[in-house]
Amino acid sequence: MMDEVPYQHKTYHRSKTVTAVFLCVLAFAGLMGRLAYLMIFQSEYYTMKARQLHERERSIKAARGRIVDANGKILADNKTVCTISVIHNQITDQEEVIAVLCEELGLSEEYVRKRVEKYSAIEKIRSNVDKSIGDAIRARDLDGVKVDEDYKRYYPYDSLASKVLGFTGGDNQGIIGLEVIYEEYLQGEPGTILTVTDAKGVEVAEAGEERVEPVDGQDLHISLDVNIQSYATQLAMQTMETKEADSVSMLVMNPQNGEILAMANVPEFDLNNPYALPDTVDADTVSEEEKQNLLNGIWRNGCINDTYEPGSTFKIITAAAGLESGVVKTTDTFNCPGFIMVEDRRIRCHKAGGHGAEDFVQGTMNSCNPVFITVGMRMGTECYYSYFRQFGLLDRTGIDLPGEAGTIMHQMENIGPVELATISFGQSFQITPIQLAVTASSIINGGRRVTPHFAVKAVDGDGSNSHVFSYPVKDNIVSEETSATMRYILEQVVAEGSGKNGAVEGYRVGGKTATSQTLPRGSGRYISSFLGFAPADDPQVLAVVIINNPQGTYYGGQIAAPVVRQLFENILPYLEKINYNRT
Amino acid sequence: MDYTLLFIVLFLLAFGLLMVYSTSYYEANLEIGDSAYYLKKQLFATILGLVAMIFVANVPYHFWERFAVIGYIVSVVLILLIIPFGHEANGAKRWLYIGPISLQPAEVSKLCMILFLASMICTMGKQIRGRKGFWMVVLVPMPIALMLWKITQNMSSAIIVVGIAVLMLFVACPDYKRFILLGLATLAGAALVVFAIVQMGESQADDLNFRGARILAWLDPEAYAEGKGFQTIQALYAIGSGGVLGKGLGASMQKLGFLPEAQNDMIFSIICEELGLFGGYAVIIMFVMLIWRFMVVANNAPDLFGALLVVGVLGHIAIQVILNIAVVTNTIPNTGISLPFISYGGSSVMFLLIEIGLVLSVARGIRLKDL
Repeated sequence: MMDEVPYQHKTYHRSKTVTAVFLCVLAFAGLMGRLAYLMIFQSEYYTMKARQLHERERSIKAARGRIVDANGKILADNKTVCTISVIHNQITDQEEVIAVLCEELGLSEEYVRKRVEKYSAIEKIRSNVDKSIGDAIRARDLDGVKVDEDYKRYYPYDSLASKVLGFTGGDNQGIIGLEVIYEEYLQGEPGTILTVTDAKGVEVAEAGEERVEPVDGQDLHISLDVNIQSYATQLAMQTMETKEADSVSMLVMNPQNGEILAMANVPEFDLNNPYALPDTVDADTVSEEEKQNLLNGIWRNGCINDTYEPGSTFKIITAAAGLESGVVKTTDTFNCPGFIMVEDRRIRCHKAGGHGAEDFVQGTMNSCNPVFITVGMRMGTECYYSYFRQFGLLDRTGIDLPGEAGTIMHQMENIGPVELATISFGQSFQITPIQLAVTASSIINGGRRVTPHFAVKAVDGDGSNSHVFSYPVKDNIVSEETSATMRYILEQVVAEGSGKNGAVEGYRVGGKTATSQTLPRGSGRYISSFLGFAPADDPQVLAVVIINNPQGTYYGGQIAAPVVRQLFENILPYLEKINYNRT
Repeated sequence: MDYTLLFIVLFLLAFGLLMVYSTSYYEANLEIGDSAYYLKKQLFATILGLVAMIFVANVPYHFWERFAVIGYIVSVVLILLIIPFGHEANGAKRWLYIGPISLQPAEVSKLCMILFLASMICTMGKQIRGRKGFWMVVLVPMPIALMLWKITQNMSSAIIVVGIAVLMLFVACPDYKRFILLGLATLAGAALVVFAIVQMGESQADDLNFRGARILAWLDPEAYAEGKGFQTIQALYAIGSGGVLGKGLGASMQKLGFLPEAQNDMIFSIICEELGLFGGYAVIIMFVMLIWRFMVVANNAPDLFGALLVVGVLGHIAIQVILNIAVVTNTIPNTGISLPFISYGGSSVMFLLIEIGLVLSVARGIRLKDL
């Protein structure tokens, strides 16, 4: 001990030290309370926030379901493509990354630099990159560059049935056609990979990963037959070229159940390159809006999106209504002087000299306008109109494609005698080709209004689960008897009447021709069409061909009927073979 | 020798080394390639500090009284040397390099201030009770505090220096009134500053200076999560996600680069994340016991000089621990302040151990009958 005067420790020093320590302890107690608040009551919130920070979620795309034709041929498939992305934190050599990505992907440096330099968890540079390019980038082994494989839609038949199948967009979602209507079956459910990473985005191995497997989309089996579709497309193309027509639509369906076997609308477009503009258009000069309008025009499905004046094919409906209502019998006789007076209007028959005396069957074979005007007049507006309703003509057909156009028909109260007369032979209103095909099918199949459709069933990739689609059928829209009469009359039209160019040797074919002038009248533009079915006594296939604005000869009987004949010559034996094989 | 005190300090040091390793190995391995890099440096400083502590503990503390004035001058010179020779790290110029050893003048000045004030108060005797004496003790540390704040951009060290002085003055003076007034004035001033900054922040957020933004980030850290609130938010994630029992030693996620330099000022948040509420409480209780032990030594010191030395050390450690935990839990605005004995930092642990040596030296002078 040092030799000093003993220190008289003053009591206040002690008590003040105690006070100071007491204050400190008080502060510590406060902090302990604060800690308890953060670690007990706020724990859940901060744990959740921390987890969001530590976990990185990557989604695994589900393979989109394929679209398969009636024979099991694949119409829409997936091929492996790559998505290239960068993780900013992991990049070590930024300049090299930018250089390599520009070179391999053919992108501008500005575009790539902006994304590489962006501070984000993960930044997508480009998707739908060819697998070979993806592999090349992966081979460079650059830090912070991620190459993820995923699927891209691929259409093996390129443009075949393009307007029916439709295509998908960047996120593999359907844009038009069956791809969009059956999105929920085709798309499947994406999976996710949850990994725990450090702040640089490096995965922490010990934490493992949580994986939710994707559920692949279901394969869509459709009634379309690639062989028939190819042949129909080929015929339509050939017709369009030889007749210098604007477009040709062809529709082949089973009138018994509404299954569509082919639907061709030439010109078609390439499903693997749906955004290509025609060569005649300079892509640099058109505005975005014009471009979209052009594309919408290219993608339009004439069979269902467009309406036209059906002309004489509509006489099938007038005849069925007339027979069903009892105002006309096959044996009724008419006289055609080449015109008919409706009120003060003189409506001419297409045959200037007139058809003379004829019964109803002959009148139909001649496609004689005065005969049908007379039948229409006998029914009267109300009765006639009620058959439109009964036949389902005023409603949409309900086909499983987007954008079906409705029937454009006069309001009943606006139909005067002149309108009634023109409707009787298929003018002054508009319907879609599919509407005509379905209504005619229903009249000749015994009176069952079928729903036209493509989708038959959706099946899981491994075939385990399937969903069979069913479609409404409306019975008794005409009697079995009227239906049989109609089959007979329409067979006569092809056998000996105006549709004789549609006859196929060795087969009983029924049908009806039409030639209609498009609005405005006198423009010299015509739509030439033919509706045929076979066998005439038990229709198994029905085809409609519509030639839009043919040059030269434009009569349906002369240019449209032969197209259906050629089609039938090829597909009837083929269909018999299929049926034979099936049974 | 006060073995209880020594044991608490050794425990804190060992725990500190463990946590420095736990918090730093991942980043050290990634960036330096040696996961024990920070641990080794800290261990070296700790051993050096323990040697110094033993030396100081065995020298009668009155020996140091003669260096009081020199110490004050040395503090000033060292801080001024920062201007030409300072070494910058993390945007602040705070370090001097003497050969391979780095030195923070702020740590030196805290020790010197304790020594200088203890000596000065003893010399003043009863003068301390007058107004003049009071203001002298308040004003003497001010030049050092201002230099620390303005030259080294280290406001927390300035606060600690002033805090040590106020606490020593509090113990040396018999009355309470002036201190209560001083405390209230400080609180009112702080409230006024916060209020002014919040008002300003709403109108001209762009012009806000460094510390103004910190106060706004304190009030709403999530709104400033990308900037000034970043560290605080990351610390809160660590603490909150620790829960009652923690994730287990070594299992922190936040130290994987989310909370930058987790081994430094924010180490307490990782302790909470890994060891939970219980771990956090255990650390606080260890510090409370340490302070309690300082109080016992101070109140039984052989003389006023010894008592004041211990009170100074008590003030230094208590203020620093309280401020550190308050910052980490976002109880007060963020200011860089390390957790004594535990945070990584060589200068800090060395000078703290010298201070502990002084306290042990004072404790040696206590006669058994006083205990």
